[in-house]
Amino acid sequence: MISAKTTFQGYRRENGRVGVRNHVIILPVDDLSNSAAEAVANNVKGTLAIPHPYGRLQFGADLDLHFRTLIGAGSNPNVAAVIVICIEEGWAKKVVDGIARTGKPVTGFGIELHGDHDTILRASKVAKEYVQWASELQRVECPINDLWVSTKCGESDTTSGCGSNPTVGSAFDKLEPLGVTMCFGETTEITGGENIVADRCATPQVREQWMKVFNRYQEVINRHKTSDLSESQPTKGNIAGGLTTIEEKALGNIQKIGKKCKVIGVMDKAETPTRPGLWFMDSSSAAAEMVTLCAASGYVVHLFPTGQGNVIGNPILPVIKLTANPRTARTMTEHIDYDCSGLLQRQKNLDQTGDELIQVMLRTCNGRLTAAEALGHREFVLTRLYESA
Amino acid sequence: MIHILVHDKKDTVGVIVVEGIKAGQELTGWVMEDDSTINVKALNDVPIGHKVALKDISNGDTVIKYGFDIGKAVAAIKRGEHAHVHNMKTKRW
Repeated sequence: MISAKTTFQGYRRENGRVGVRNHVIILPVDDLSNSAAEAVANNVKGTLAIPHPYGRLQFGADLDLHFRTLIGAGSNPNVAAVIVICIEEGWAKKVVDGIARTGKPVTGFGIELHGDHDTILRASKVAKEYVQWASELQRVECPINDLWVSTKCGESDTTSGCGSNPTVGSAFDKLEPLGVTMCFGETTEITGGENIVADRCATPQVREQWMKVFNRYQEVINRHKTSDLSESQPTKGNIAGGLTTIEEKALGNIQKIGKKCKVIGVMDKAETPTRPGLWFMDSSSAAAEMVTLCAASGYVVHLFPTGQGNVIGNPILPVIKLTANPRTARTMTEHIDYDCSGLLQRQKNLDQTGDELIQVMLRTCNGRLTAAEALGHREFVLTRLYESA
Repeated sequence: MIHILVHDKKDTVGVIVVEGIKAGQELTGWVMEDDSTINVKALNDVPIGHKVALKDISNGDTVIKYGFDIGKAVAAIKRGEHAHVHNMKTKRW
């Protein structure tokens, strides 16, 4: 049973935050720098390159989000040290300066006037020092309220709303009173359940913020839609799994926030929560985008219920998969960290599955690799707001 | 064995939670809200995770699940019939 005295073994970083992984990452600022970043990660064993396709000619709020996501990912306490590589030095410095505020080791490199070879050589030398330094860091005992836990579901079906989502909700109801920092998001996927979330907001101000971000995203859908979004939201996979409408999907989705948790604040994408409790992050419902934003916000472990079997992982944030669908548990065994299908036959109740999920989460925090980590799933997907210039 | 899971007593559809349901099969449903049991005869083969109607639903009626509105019927749906995209639709977007 979990209590305020429950502890886990984590890495306490320079800024006091606690991570559950100890990555040294090679972070490209733009698409052009992926090759050099991957070459450095190949040279220096134990480092992890995080390639992605963006970072050129973005502007305004979209560029701000790009920087916030990269700086957030580098600042995540699951990361011990960072090498930043950019086509030029100016934006490398911008990302380095952002990450350096955590106090962790970070160095940036620009490719122009050097070329890939020289950049890879210089970056590899620093990366080797970082990885050897990080390999000596020790896990220490940390109280449960040092933990930041995010959630998002994927390839949901009706069993998600019956079993795996309410199991996360049960876990959240148990974690909230212990001072854990938590978040959920998926703004459009609450369509049909928006008033239920509104009623769970802790204050009228939070309620107003929630309805504002909800309505803004509805306007985005209405501006761009060419149909009722069937096969996008719900997805083709959702429909194959038996979900028929967005309203049905939404009511299943919000089972993840439990029966008691209050929403204490609304964050923009990749923003950092400022106090413990349950936060809503305005975000896409696409799995890899949302989980990447959670990593950038500073969450260190993620609970991911699935129905039909989404296989997502993240390079920085361990993604724990649970399912209540007995067919998915049987046919996609290697992807599932926790099978709660017993709920559907009344063999278990939500109190039990919530406790069991928390135990799986604590083992993951103590170092056990998730199925997605063992299988090498490292989906790092940046959210874009509009076209590049 | 539980064949159908029903969230709320007001629900007009329930979720098939076992594989291989065939037309004509007598199904047992568990209503989670009050822990009661219901019985429905399946009118179609229904895959796991898909819904069956728990009462006769008329074309245009609101469909209820979790005790809430999840969209409308776009064709009449008989008790025990498979309820999905062929006879239901969102009210949004």
